[in-house]
Amino acid sequence: MPKDTGIGARSKRREDIRFLTGRGAYTDNLAMQGQVHAVMVRANVAHGRIVSIDTSAAQAMPGVLAIFTGADFADVGGNPAGWLIHSRDGSPMREPKRPVLAHGKVRHVGDAYAAVVAETYEQARDAAEAVAAGTEIEELPAIVGMAGAVANADNRVHDEIPDNLCFDWGWIEDNRDAVDAAMKAAPHVTTLELVNNRLVPNAMEPRASIGEFNPGTGDYKLTTTSQNPHLTKLLVCAFVLGIPEHKLTVVAPDVGGGFGSKIYHYGEEALVLAAAKKLGRPVRWTAERSESFLTDAHGRDHVTTIEVGATLDGEILAIRTNTLANVGAYLSNFSTVTPTFLHGTLMAGPYKVPHVYVNLKAVFTNTAPVDAYRGAGRPEATYSLERAIDKMARELKLDPVAVRRKNLLTPDQFPYTTPVGLVYDVGNYQATLDKALDMADLAGFEARAAKSRAEGKLRGVGLSTWIEACGIAPSHLVGQLGSRVGLYDAATVRVGATGTIQVMTGAHSHGQGHETVFAQVVADKLGIAEAAVEIVHGDTSKIPFGMGSYGSRSLAVCGSAMDRALDKIIAKGKKIAAHMLEAAEGDITFENGSFSVAGTDKAKSFGEIAFSAYVPHNYPLETLEPGLEETAFYDPNNWTYPAGAYLCEVEIDPDTGKVTICSFTCADDFGNVMNPMVVEGQVHGGVAQGIGQALVEHTAYDENGQLLTASYMDYAMPRADDLPFYQVDHSCVTPCSHNPLGVKGCGEAGAIGSPPAVVNAVIDALHRGGMTQVSHIDMPLTPARVWAAMQV
Amino acid sequence: MYNFEFAKAKTIADAVKALSSEDAQALGGGQTLLPTMKQRLAAPTTLVSLNTIPEMIGVCVNDRGEVCIGGATTHATVAREAAAHYPALAALASHIGDPAVRNRGTIGGSLANNDPSACYPAAALGSGAVIKTNARDIAADDYFLGMFTTALDEGEIITEVRFPVPQKANYQKFVQPASRFALVGVYVAKYAGGVRVAVTGAASDGVFRWAEAEAALSADFAATALDALAVPGNDMIADLHGSADYRAHLVKVMTKRAVAAAA
Repeated sequence: MPKDTGIGARSKRREDIRFLTGRGAYTDNLAMQGQVHAVMVRANVAHGRIVSIDTSAAQAMPGVLAIFTGADFADVGGNPAGWLIHSRDGSPMREPKRPVLAHGKVRHVGDAYAAVVAETYEQARDAAEAVAAGTEIEELPAIVGMAGAVANADNRVHDEIPDNLCFDWGWIEDNRDAVDAAMKAAPHVTTLELVNNRLVPNAMEPRASIGEFNPGTGDYKLTTTSQNPHLTKLLVCAFVLGIPEHKLTVVAPDVGGGFGSKIYHYGEEALVLAAAKKLGRPVRWTAERSESFLTDAHGRDHVTTIEVGATLDGEILAIRTNTLANVGAYLSNFSTVTPTFLHGTLMAGPYKVPHVYVNLKAVFTNTAPVDAYRGAGRPEATYSLERAIDKMARELKLDPVAVRRKNLLTPDQFPYTTPVGLVYDVGNYQATLDKALDMADLAGFEARAAKSRAEGKLRGVGLSTWIEACGIAPSHLVGQLGSRVGLYDAATVRVGATGTIQVMTGAHSHGQGHETVFAQVVADKLGIAEAAVEIVHGDTSKIPFGMGSYGSRSLAVCGSAMDRALDKIIAKGKKIAAHMLEAAEGDITFENGSFSVAGTDKAKSFGEIAFSAYVPHNYPLETLEPGLEETAFYDPNNWTYPAGAYLCEVEIDPDTGKVTICSFTCADDFGNVMNPMVVEGQVHGGVAQGIGQALVEHTAYDENGQLLTASYMDYAMPRADDLPFYQVDHSCVTPCSHNPLGVKGCGEAGAIGSPPAVVNAVIDALHRGGMTQVSHIDMPLTPARVWAAMQV
Repeated sequence: MYNFEFAKAKTIADAVKALSSEDAQALGGGQTLLPTMKQRLAAPTTLVSLNTIPEMIGVCVNDRGEVCIGGATTHATVAREAAAHYPALAALASHIGDPAVRNRGTIGGSLANNDPSACYPAAALGSGAVIKTNARDIAADDYFLGMFTTALDEGEIITEVRFPVPQKANYQKFVQPASRFALVGVYVAKYAGGVRVAVTGAASDGVFRWAEAEAALSADFAATALDALAVPGNDMIADLHGSADYRAHLVKVMTKRAVAAAA
């Protein structure tokens, strides 16, 4: 019987009531008394030296209160990279300062070099145009393509960084020789060059920030679109502006999607705080959609050559990849870990592969910064691997399903240490593969393909057996790998006198449904109603110092902290019950919301215990504290490893090249599932983004570094009619072995596993249609690209 | 957006008068003009709204059997009210943009703007429509002068568009994946006097008639009549969304499909 409450129930998302009825409170909705408006002045060239900025005309315009330029922030800190990566030769990565406002040079179209604050938005915008008109920028040749960037020593994004190279990373460097030897000896080597296309995140809500300063107390407040308010606070205080940590509150209220792009601290956040301090008035800024396209951290953008060495019957002997990864003009906070430890460590996939080596060069270009975007490194790894294995099977005339079966790890092989540094704790990849094949009715494919042929269409089917590492992340491991932050999380459970509960979480919900799902976990564990539990998140003055939401970590890490805090609540409740029932603490049991003395009918309900905690008229104060509130910090001792099998069936119209997705089937192992409906929603959304990347989303800069796809007129988002009705299953469960809830994380899976399934299906359809010369098409597989490939 | 004055015209004469002031700009549904103004790429001093003029709104059939559509009629209204009289035209209108666009955008606005990827220019040229303005009647063949360029004079307003109704017609649109404008759209209309084929989206000069196809189809109104023809790629648009060759290829594919759907 499906449950109707607690863990495993399809509880309706309580936050949707406000989201869907226009009662959400997003940053731009919040009106502040006395507020004024900031507009950024942005570069319209990709690369240029700032010769002069004359602000006098703008200063004299109506309503103008303050104008800032890079010089105003020359003496404060830069926005740092969160991970220090070392190159193969042991040298540390090159780390240019990322200033609040560009100073000396502008480095990408949209790079802000000045800001205007005025009484009204229109006045600020008018004055910003005047600042731009008063600015002389000497345009320099733009560095756009990565191959050209590293080959051109004379033209530098950052004058102090030769070859525009941030680092040259080998993973694992000690594997290199063995991989080379295994590749040389392999009976067959499949080589594939591919592009993992750059994506614009396109959160529905653009970035927005409001800075406040109280001259009477010296307190600052930043209200901002953030996935992790504590991290933003730490960066602003400790690195950028030097505000004492206890004098800044950061609030991330309702946030309309992030997908990674709102993990990072951006210059606008520091600007509104500095301006608020100077003016003593709230200063607000909201991105226009064009600014989102130009300045939100983009995703992906890898150019990779992957080689797979194999036996003639498809056993993988070695994998080697060489990748150029674009980091854009500046290092965004997680831009250095995303292409390295979130990518290279996944290059063994769910397979038993003896030898793997990854080389990755991170390259500066005159383009927007690139950072983690839903999946963050794992989609890039999965795409390379699943495309290459498909190509290998085709070259060896083997069934792609059989090749995967031959190489997949089996349940008896866990825990399994990969050659690229991860320890997979549990899994059953055969189960999800079998489930997907069954759900998709692969046996009936030939009949469907024949029907398509009769209608003049080409039908194909593509598979992806994926794995990822999430639940980010064990601090003791990431510290060894260069992380400058810990990646634990925290939760405080506050029981009120009437027995209702607030849980303050370090995790931040920006659409995921934490307010519902976390309440289900609490209700289940304490045997109380879900409605008696409220989840509080997003305000650093209320919540414990957690690290926010990204990397499919909220439930696995913050949920585990919450579970630990609940254990403490129950332990404290037992102490109180022992006192009230005049029994030994060791004799108290807790079940179904009731504390009872084992073997007797003496019991106190959870509500009675809570009331007693706050009305402690006869407590033995030496041994029993009043109150019922507990905090726990949880640091995982491993990543979690969701995995699954995705099958995509497509039809191609050979006259136009248009690809239609006929069906998409997902069989996932996410460990234990707290709310199946929310999990299904996460998979639907992730797969939609993956299909978007595979078929339509394309970020193009021209040779001058102008973004050609800077609006929805040219940047295609997947729409409802591009997408099929998904078949989604999560019944194959191997619970995570190292966290208390046995959960693995589902937020990014869809975006990780789906792109190669789509592309494999298209290539399959072309081959079945006789176009065996087409071994690969780079994403996005737009009609124009597919048609062009068919003409060769 | 810069500040501007806003005038709601009640009659065509009001509108003409208001548009005679310097830097005044006619506003139809605003589906192109308003985003352009928001980006500060256009800065008219006065916007003269045309969709408050009752005599410019609606669909009717005149004595000669032509479908007459007021210049300020929205796409949604055309989709609804022209369906019984000219189904192919109504179908075209029902697939422009999305519901929000269709309920604001107007036929006069679309034709006056003459976006090279818009749908209505193909219908007007493909039907041999007459574009009636406050000053004169302009035959569609004389109206479209290139990308975003028309025969309209400064301040001239499209008050009505008259469509002769063909025996058979169909519009096939292959959409650009991002904007959903026509990457290539082909309007085929068979009249007693011959077949007209108008192509939008494809050419750098905007909508054009494909004369060879018209001749072949006038002789034999069947998709196979086009088999031997090819559209040269040299005048086609080449951009992020498709090469010139691809667009040229699509012109033929969409024409054949339109003929098949109309026949």
